[in-house]
Amino acid sequence: MSNTFSLKRRKGFEKPMQVDTNQICEIIEKHGYQSSALIGILQDIQERMNYLPRKALLHVSRSLDIPLTNIYEVATFYKAFSLEPKGRHTLQVCLGTACHVRGGARILSYLENLLEVKAGGTTKDLSFTLESVNCLGACALGPVMVIDRKYFGRIHIDKIEPILKKYRDK
Amino acid sequence: MNHRVKTISGLRRMRQSLQSSRDGGRRSLAVCAGTGCQACGARDVVEALKKIHRDLDLESKIEIRATGCHGFCERGPLVVIRPEMICYMNVKPEDASEILTATVLQGRVIDHLLYEDPSTKEKIVHEHDIPFYKFQRRVVFGSNGKIDPKEIDDYIAIGGYQGLEKVLSSIKPEGVIDIIKRSGLRGRGGGGFPAGLKWETCRKAGGREKFVICNADEGDPGAYMDRSLLEGNPHSVIEGMIIGAYAIGAEEGYVYVRNEYPLAVENLRLAIEQAKEYGLLGQNILGSGLNLNIRINRGGGAFVCGESTALMASLEGRVGEPRAKYIHTVEQGLWDQPTNLNNVETWANVPIIIHQGAEWFASLGTEGSKGTKIFSLVGKINNTGLVEVEMGISLRKIIFEIGGGIPGGKRFKAVQTGGPSGGCLPENLLDLPVDFDRLQEAGSMMGSGGMIVMDEDNCMVDMARYFVRFLQEESCGKCTPCREGLDQMAEILNRICEGEGRSQDLGLLEDLSQTMIDTSLCGLGLTAPNPVLSTLRYFGEEYETHIKEKKCPARFCRELISFSIDPEKCTGCGACVKVCPVEAIIGEKKKVHQLDEEKCVKCRGCYEACKFDAVLIQ
Repeated sequence: MSNTFSLKRRKGFEKPMQVDTNQICEIIEKHGYQSSALIGILQDIQERMNYLPRKALLHVSRSLDIPLTNIYEVATFYKAFSLEPKGRHTLQVCLGTACHVRGGARILSYLENLLEVKAGGTTKDLSFTLESVNCLGACALGPVMVIDRKYFGRIHIDKIEPILKKYRDK
Repeated sequence: MNHRVKTISGLRRMRQSLQSSRDGGRRSLAVCAGTGCQACGARDVVEALKKIHRDLDLESKIEIRATGCHGFCERGPLVVIRPEMICYMNVKPEDASEILTATVLQGRVIDHLLYEDPSTKEKIVHEHDIPFYKFQRRVVFGSNGKIDPKEIDDYIAIGGYQGLEKVLSSIKPEGVIDIIKRSGLRGRGGGGFPAGLKWETCRKAGGREKFVICNADEGDPGAYMDRSLLEGNPHSVIEGMIIGAYAIGAEEGYVYVRNEYPLAVENLRLAIEQAKEYGLLGQNILGSGLNLNIRINRGGGAFVCGESTALMASLEGRVGEPRAKYIHTVEQGLWDQPTNLNNVETWANVPIIIHQGAEWFASLGTEGSKGTKIFSLVGKINNTGLVEVEMGISLRKIIFEIGGGIPGGKRFKAVQTGGPSGGCLPENLLDLPVDFDRLQEAGSMMGSGGMIVMDEDNCMVDMARYFVRFLQEESCGKCTPCREGLDQMAEILNRICEGEGRSQDLGLLEDLSQTMIDTSLCGLGLTAPNPVLSTLRYFGEEYETHIKEKKCPARFCRELISFSIDPEKCTGCGACVKVCPVEAIIGEKKKVHQLDEEKCVKCRGCYEACKFDAVLIQ
């Protein structure tokens, strides 16, 4: 699966976010301390903190009495989770079939060259995380690029740079 | 305010009062606010319309409604004015004032917002006259344009929850199952299993409690009808599930929906809340003694979770790995209890069947496939969008009459149905009827309804590689044939696309495919070879050309093509220089440019940017 099981911090990253255990407690409580809600809990943590910090996972493990290995099993199985901090902006390129036949892969490789990062990685300055996704269901607009849930349809290679510019310094 | 409806007749009275307060005289204006149109700026159009609506005080003349997907995503944002059904396309916020003053107040149709027939250049005013809509049969999807998905009253006013009313007042659970069986409804998620039979087995299974699940983990790339149904008409799915729960004897329901569909999750959540408030969900529904709670679970982005046993494992908070199905999920599913799982479109069909009758439904379609099917018609096609057609219609009619054919005067090459489990069908099979069994005989399948059209520029070996790579990434890895088989297939296909293919490779692909079909654990592995086998069957010569001549006939595979600039055609405009990410193109302004093949990464940026066709691919 796409997540790498690496707990080491990558060079160039800033200090990881301080983990506020109260926030984690709140999330677990919202899900009623149910171990079956593990995926939902991890989704909420990911959404709040932009990744799954080890400290947070330890806390979930203790609170729900689930072995940490099981939590890592789930966290590395599903694509939605990341064990490393993500960039300020998430840039997704759709590689669904409709986008593929309209050149989605070329958009991705163009971005990989431009940002000097492979799909799944984060740029050194932590401004973008580049991801490929399998169909966003906006097939009529293909090829589609999404930045922080904003859709850019019928994207052309020469349209990309001006769009990224707006996000770079934000 | 307490909206709770306590009795069946109470719901009937409520519908009547809603209908009479919304007498047919008042006009309405529907703006499509599905994900596709929103990406084109539909929200701004709604805001602009609402502002002018307020400023001109048009409250008594017309109501404005942001609805779910109308289907014609290619031309969004769409605006439809009822009752005339005037249809405007590619509407911009600037058009809002003209629409309200000219069309609504003065009754004048705005020419430049109308659909123009590409061949005759004739403008078409009414939605039902546009070829894209004309040949469709919108039974399930048709209500999307009439209702605001965030308002339960809208759904009730157009006859929503009438099916539930009928079931609770006069039909026994066994009777409901009998109706579904007689209707011939088959699962719309891909397999096409008869829904009534599934319900019956689940009802008869013993167990502490029973569950109904709606599979909205629509993972097939190129398919988005389930999302549009959930976004545009969530109550139809909820109503279907309540009827199903009544028939089966379940008290708990789950909707497992992709996390990539935020709008669908939002609209569904709101719909469930409203249904609870009205007493249509929860304890003692409409005073009938029926209890049902529906919960939403968001998926974690794993394609394999669309498989029923994997989905149930994921609902239990575990890794989404399928299990062998010698015990069916209708007997032992979620938490080992009898569980009935259907997909979104199947559930949405249920209230319609109950309301209109099994015989009516069975009169639509073919011998083995009844009713209609929604397809997402995408790829190299003029009219991209969602289309609902009666089963049995030919692929040709969908692609050329509804879809308007292939853009740019290119030649049709293949149509892919059934997602990664389906296959690619060539031109000589275009007259094949859309039917579960006929598609399967041809080496493809109905699937959940993705229909991806490809033209002469698409390489079929690359398509096979695309699907195999997709599945390689999505295979959960539990069983060896799927995990290792896909790895090997990907390696072989990659080799062929890179011009390193060997003569024995095609035989090897067939052997691998057969092994996977014979031994894989779940549907993902069992059907994974379909894209490879179908392209081998219908486009074998393309594989041969890749292997023997080291050429890609579609000029697509990167390793087998090279780029150059035609000095005769190059005007020196510099457009290609700007897009090249690796500075492989040099040249002064207004002088012929040169392309350095050593540096070129073959991204095609220059080819697409050049307006003079001066970039050549060989």
